[in-house]
This record gives sequence, C-alpha cells and structure tokens, in this order.
Amino acid sequence: MSGHHQPLSNRKLITLPSLILAVLAFIALVLLAKRFAFGLGSVTNLNDGYPWGLWVVYDVVVGTGFACGGYALALVVYIANKGKYHPLVRPALLASLFGYTLGGISAFIDMGRYWNFYNMFLPDQMNLNSVMLEVGLCVTAYCTVLFIEFMPAVAEHYKMQKLKAILEKVLFVFIAIGVLLPTMHQSSLGSLLIAMGYKVDPLWQSLQLQPLFAILTAITLGFSIVIFEASFVTVGFKRSSETHILKGLGKMIQVMLSVYLVIRFGDLAMRGVLPNIFDGSFRSFMFMVETVLFVVPLVILSSPQRRNRGSMLLIAAVSMLFAGALYRFNAFLIGWTPDASNSFVYFPSTEEFLVSIGIIAMEILGYLIIVKWLPILPVDHAADHAEPHGKPASQPEQA
Amino acid sequence: MSTITEQQLEEVASRLGLNRRGFLKFCTGVAATLGLSSTAGIQMAHAVTQARRPSVIWLSGQECTGCTESLLRTTHPTLETLILDMISLDYSEALCAAAGHQAEAAKHAAMEENKGKYVLVVEGSIPTKDGGIYCKIAGKTMLEHVKEAADDAAAIIAIGSCASWGGVPSAGINPTGATPVHEILPDKTIINIPGCPPNPYNFLATVLQYVTFGTLPELDDKGRPKFAYGRIIHEHCERRAHFDAGRFAKEFGDEGHRLGYCLYKLGCKGPETYANCSTQEFGDVGGGAWPVGVGAPCFGCTEQGVGFTKALHEKSEVTTHAPPDIFPPINAQSGEGATATSAGLLGAVIGAAVGATAMTVRQLGKAEKEAEKGAEHAAAEEQQ
Repeated sequence: MSGHHQPLSNRKLITLPSLILAVLAFIALVLLAKRFAFGLGSVTNLNDGYPWGLWVVYDVVVGTGFACGGYALALVVYIANKGKYHPLVRPALLASLFGYTLGGISAFIDMGRYWNFYNMFLPDQMNLNSVMLEVGLCVTAYCTVLFIEFMPAVAEHYKMQKLKAILEKVLFVFIAIGVLLPTMHQSSLGSLLIAMGYKVDPLWQSLQLQPLFAILTAITLGFSIVIFEASFVTVGFKRSSETHILKGLGKMIQVMLSVYLVIRFGDLAMRGVLPNIFDGSFRSFMFMVETVLFVVPLVILSSPQRRNRGSMLLIAAVSMLFAGALYRFNAFLIGWTPDASNSFVYFPSTEEFLVSIGIIAMEILGYLIIVKWLPILPVDHAADHAEPHGKPASQPEQA
Repeated sequence: MSTITEQQLEEVASRLGLNRRGFLKFCTGVAATLGLSSTAGIQMAHAVTQARRPSVIWLSGQECTGCTESLLRTTHPTLETLILDMISLDYSEALCAAAGHQAEAAKHAAMEENKGKYVLVVEGSIPTKDGGIYCKIAGKTMLEHVKEAADDAAAIIAIGSCASWGGVPSAGINPTGATPVHEILPDKTIINIPGCPPNPYNFLATVLQYVTFGTLPELDDKGRPKFAYGRIIHEHCERRAHFDAGRFAKEFGDEGHRLGYCLYKLGCKGPETYANCSTQEFGDVGGGAWPVGVGAPCFGCTEQGVGFTKALHEKSEVTTHAPPDIFPPINAQSGEGATATSAGLLGAVIGAAVGATAMTVRQLGKAEKEAEKGAEHAAAEEQQ
C-alpha cells in the first residue's frame, strides 16, 4: 500500500472553515457539559412518549448509516475483489471511523443512566434476546476493528515498519470481521423497528423485511457517502476528479436501489397499505418525499452518460443520502406513535440540534485535519504539480 | 331499655295503627338520623310509650305553613299520627281542633300546667317594624306571643328558614322588619332547623333526643344541629363526580341536564349551603328525591344570605375548590413541539447541505466542461 497515499501536508491546518467547525464543535461540548450536569431534560425535548429523539435517530441510526462507506467499499474491494476501488478505501475508512465512534458516543450521551453502560460488556449481565445488546456490542466492536483497519496509515506516516509488517499479516482477519459486523448491526437497526411493533406506522413497519431494508439502505448509503466525500474532496482541495472510479459505484447504487424499491413497494402492496400513501396525512406526505428522493438517483443513474458525469453522480448520491436519512427518520420518529391517544409531541430542541450539528462538525473537522496529517488520500499527480505553483498557500480553501 | 314491656309496645303500636316491628323500626331509624346506636332507638320507643308526653306549643308567625305541611307528609310510617302521639301538641293553629277563644284558652292552660317543661316551636318570622303590628293573633302581636311563651319554655325550636334567619319575609327591603327568633330572644338558646321546608327528620330527631335524653343536640355557630347541618350539600352530592370531572348542565333540558350532570352552572347553591339534603333526601321514597336529585338546582334555603337573597341562577361561591372554566383534556398533550429557532435550525442544516452540494455540483460541472473543451481542442489540433 505504501506510496499509494499521501498526506496533504502542504495545506494550512487552520482555515476559516475549520475555525467555524471548531466553534460549532465547542458549542456542542458546552451543551454536553450541561446535559451531564443537569440531565437529558435540560437540553433535549425527550419525553415519556419519545425516549429516542434526534440524538439516537440522527447521530446513531442515520449517522452509522452514513458511516457505512468503509463497510460498502470493503464488500466491493475485498469480498468482490474489485481492486480498482482500492484508492477510495482509506478515506472511506476514516469517515467510517469518525461516524461510528461518534455514533457510539452519541448513544452513550443519550442514555439516561449512562453510568450503567459497562454492564453491557459483562457476560452475566447480558440479555441475549435483546436487539439492543446486539447493536451495542457490534458497534463497539466495529469501532475497534475500524481503528485497527486504520492503523496502517499511522504506521506508514511514522515509518513504523515492524508494526506495519505485523498489521499486513493479520489485517485480513480484521477486514473479514469488519465486513461481518456492520452486516449484523445494520440489519439489527431494522430489527429494532420490529421490536417497536404497532407503534411504527404501517407505511414503515414490515416486521420480517425490516432487517433487509436496513441493510440494503445501509450499503447504498455507504456507496453514496463515498461519492459525496470524493466529490467534495475533489472540489475542496482542487484535486483531479475521481469520476472514472465513482461511476462504478453509481452503477451499484442503481442496482441495489432498484432491488430495494421493488421489495419495498411489493411489501406495501402485500400488506395492503398502499392506499395509506394517499390518505393526505403528514406521514403520507413524508412517505412521498422519501420515495421521490429514492427515485431521483435511480433516474439519474439509469443512463451511462449521466453516470459518467461527476456532477450528476453527486446529485444522485446526495439525493440518496437524504432519502436514506429520511427513511430512517420516518421509521423511527415521524411514523412513531407512542400511545393510542397519540398525546405526545416531539420536535428536537434547538440545543439538541446544536449538539448534533456540533458532532457533524467534529467529524468534518477531524477528517480535514487527518487528511492533512496522515497518508489517507490517494496520490494525485496532477494536483501535486499544480499545487505549489498554481495556488498560493495563503488563499483559503473551500473545504 | 329494660323498662319497656311487651304490653306497652303492643299498646302503643295498636294506638298508632302500627305493628310492634314497624314501631321499633321507626324509632331505630330516627336514632340513626341522630347518629345514635340502635339501643337509643329502643330508648326512644320507651320514651314514646310513656303516658306523660311533653307538651308542645307551636306558634305560627309570618309563614306559609309549609313546615307543618312537610312534617305531615312524612308518611313512613304514618308520621302525623306518631307526632301527635309522641308529643302532646297542645297548641297549633294549623292542627288544633279548637278555634278562637277556645284555642287560646287551651294554650294558656297548657303553658300554665307545664310551666318550665314545655317545648316551644316557632314557625315563621316575627315582624318587628311599627311595634310588630304586621302579624297579630288573638289581638296580640306575634312579638308578644313569642316573648310570652318563651319565658317558661324548657326548649325553643325555630323551625324553617323564616324562624331561623328571617326567610322569605325578610328578603329584599324587608317591609315588615321580619326577624328570626334568636334575635327576638337573644338570651335564650334557640335551636334553628332552617330549610324551606326543612327536612322533617331533622326536627323530629331533635325533638326525640330532647324527649328521650332531656338533652339538646350539639349546635353550630348559627344554632343549627350539627348532625344535620354540619356539612355542605356539595360534599355528599350524588352529582359531585360530574362537578369534579367538569361535566355541567348548561341550560334546563339540555343534553347534560338530561344526563344528570352537575347543576353548578345553572346556579346550584349546594357548594355554599350547609344541610343534609343530599344524604337524607325527602319524601321517604329514596332514589334521589331531593331538589338536586330531580334536576332542580339547590337555592340555598337553609343559608342566610344565600336563599331568597342570591339570584337563582347566580353561580355559588365554591368553598372547597372552584372548577376551572376549561378542564384539561383527558389525553393532554405532553412534550415540546417545534419552535421557530429549532425549526429554523433544521431548515438551515438542510439548506447548508443542499447549498454545499449545489456549489460542488457547479464546480464539478465547470471542470468537466473545461476538460471536454480541452479534449475537443486537442482533437481539432491533431486533425489540423
């Protein structure tokens, strides 16, 4: 692998965007201090009917979906043995590492009695019938695996040849586990919805198929986030385009999305809830928005000409990201009816939003710092030549 | 009481047209009204069977005879008979057989004979304006009659609202200066049995206690027996649950009125009126036979300053707790909805994501076009 990646070490670490991100992250840290000092109620709008709010649904459920880039690429590169996507793996792994670590931390933050958290790891305290246990253990284990998978970049940078040699010998084990674990817990996120039963709106509750929907959307989200990251890195760091690699991912999204939509609508028809789509309620509207967002990438990616264009790929990927996020929001929050009289209301508080925004800011900030510090991004010969002459270092970057 | 014999019981029972069992049941029932044990009921039966019955002088002033009528209609068992037998009603304008001078003579004879032992019952208020000339019996004012009879009375009972606190004659401008008994006789202990009419059992229980034990019931600060007037009607009202749940009849004959909802909003004075109407009821028929029970709001007859004073449909002052105008719904919404800031923030986040994507898409498109142009240019150059 050595020599394939390089740090963007000629870039400044402190730029205007990174300062803004740091401020947002700081706000979140202050609010988290408040949350731990005065409890969840002081920061969130969570209530007895809505014990899971923005932090679980965005930071954990959607956030780990967005962090599936490493998993999706590992599937393609190591399982399907498509070596040409290899340059994309390391940046995707980095994003996954951030996404999963912060997702795990968010789950901890959202726990009312977080001090009991350690019991999850004590075998005699485990409830082996719990979907939550499966998700919790898998996510924790996967964070560790991601860290180990990421270690070669560190070893390369600090020229720790011995460590690198050991890693290269054993890494295949961790890569295998790293493919297995997300397959398990991403489908378990769907199983959580099964456990919620009739409280989930019929438009999103399909019992047996929930794990399949969850894993299909997770993998498509993984491909989409890789396209998204690569596009922003290309433009933000003014690097040469990676469209020639990304278009293959576009094709995979198209296939998986088609499969997903066929099963999804087939399930709705089988259960006889298709009329619910047109009952004029807020939920039916949200279902339509979700479906449109799913269909947009399908239409864009169905033409090879459009798949060849980076801009079209990005539009498709972002639409898919919105679709996947909205699907999970709909299933977990918008289509959620806590009691028969439907007497609970929930909308995230401003402070809840600020914490989630701060966590996203931490992810982006961490990504920006690490790609400038460690060899993550593939070597870009065009940019290498252009950069020192064409672009003065004082000019602020876009990313 | 051991002194009561089978023979005596049979005698009284046959005199009253009752069987022995019915008579004992009545006495026990009265004892229960007073809050006494069944032993006391036997004692009452004994007292009633005694040959010497206490003499009662019943004076009527400014009144409608409703109190007497009410008493006569306590027919379970035939109570008018019983009253006339338990006590020796020596003078009553409504009930005595004698008339004119004969009646007046009987009264004086009884007062003379039972000096210091008779019970004086006053029905109706006493006019005091212009020397009390607005109510005269046998050429003397009511004022004089009351004062005269009170001098040697063992106990004085003011029956009905008029005698107890002035009642309807004292309403409004009070043209005759209608005055209750206790204001005419400030030095005497007066037992007030207010009501328009009062529940006859409240009177009966008081009299029987006096007859049996020679004592008078405990009184409240307005001279009313506590066993009957110790609680607000509202406290034990059969419609109380509707009050607490916020279900009110809003006009006569409406849905709520027909369903038996609380009459508070129709002006029911139950929440500020002390009486046992809601537990004792009227007419011995049970089944909610009392004003509120049949859908007529209480007008507060036992309470000075309420009955005949407040407007019929005026809301009463609730002494326990006032109902809120709007009750919380059973399925109260809980939790916080969207605020302008939080919704705005969500919009801003989505906007930022879409905006950043749009900018990047534009840059990518630009770069692609340039690349295409460059390729075309190179191709054209090659061709040249």
